[in-house]
Amino acid sequence: MIKKLLVLLIVLATAWVGLLAIAELPPYGMPDNPVHNQVSERYINDALEETRAMNMVTAIVLDYRAYDTMFETIVLFTAALAVVITLKTDKKELGDGEEEGGR
Amino acid sequence: MRDFILKRVAAVILPFVCVYGFYVIFHGHISAGGSFAGGIIVGLSYIAFSTIYGIKKGRAKMPDKVLTWAESFGTLWYGIMGMVGISRGVPFLANKLAGVDLGVPGALFSGGLIFYIGLGVGIRVASTMITIFFTLMEDDRENAA
Amino acid sequence: MVFTAEDYWLIALMSILVIASLAMYFIKDLVHAVIVFGAYSLIMVVIWLLLNTPDLAITEAAAGICTTVMMMVVIYRTNRREE
Repeated sequence: MIKKLLVLLIVLATAWVGLLAIAELPPYGMPDNPVHNQVSERYINDALEETRAMNMVTAIVLDYRAYDTMFETIVLFTAALAVVITLKTDKKELGDGEEEGGR
Repeated sequence: MRDFILKRVAAVILPFVCVYGFYVIFHGHISAGGSFAGGIIVGLSYIAFSTIYGIKKGRAKMPDKVLTWAESFGTLWYGIMGMVGISRGVPFLANKLAGVDLGVPGALFSGGLIFYIGLGVGIRVASTMITIFFTLMEDDRENAA
Repeated sequence: MVFTAEDYWLIALMSILVIASLAMYFIKDLVHAVIVFGAYSLIMVVIWLLLNTPDLAITEAAAGICTTVMMMVVIYRTNRREE
């Protein structure tokens, strides 16, 4: 019982700290927020001229930040690799167990 | 599943789902969407096909060799597209610097390398989804016995 | 602080998100929890549309369905009920 109360207290304290941090955030969608610095200005003004892609998100993901996307695809490759290594078993290995050495 | 209605409805709908996925991949730089979403839609059409018609029929459409090829070549394709920049003496994965013909904004073949990189990423994501699904669904112990 | 009509929609949808994620924790039948997860990702799509990001909405719709399918497959291979 005391343990549960302690856990509840810790959770409430963490939520209180998080809500305090959220209360300090600038209002949503205002033009003078600190996120609207020279980087986003450059993207909004020059992305169409520099990449000729209508969709600015794709222009950022596949041109300005292409290196990030490359390693994102490698993360996907690693995920598929992990699933295949964990779950796929060789049919030969299962079929004749008497054979020594496998493979 | 052996449901007649489900099979007939899937036979009508699923080709269009697959084509819509390729549409999202190819038009990633013009309209909303992108290669990740399009690849997942293409993969989902195959997943739905093999759920409704049975794993064996789905496996016949997507053999292991094709999946392995798509899986490896999708990653390699990205590197090859990056080498275009290096071969012209500018940084890896450069697009405008490499002097690729960028085209007119709004046309299908615009944006230089973005179109080709997006095609590779889309194939990559679709093959990952299908590989994970088949690996999870196929029980190797039953097949081997 | 002044709320517009869109803000009230956002508050309502986000409280549905909180309820859905709490429900996913408390439901013992895993198939039902996965169905609630599908509803969660659908609500998330509407929220992305309200925040003017159709790109993320399409990706969330596709990825949410794909995650639901994968979870269903994993449940099919293991136990349906939580121990």
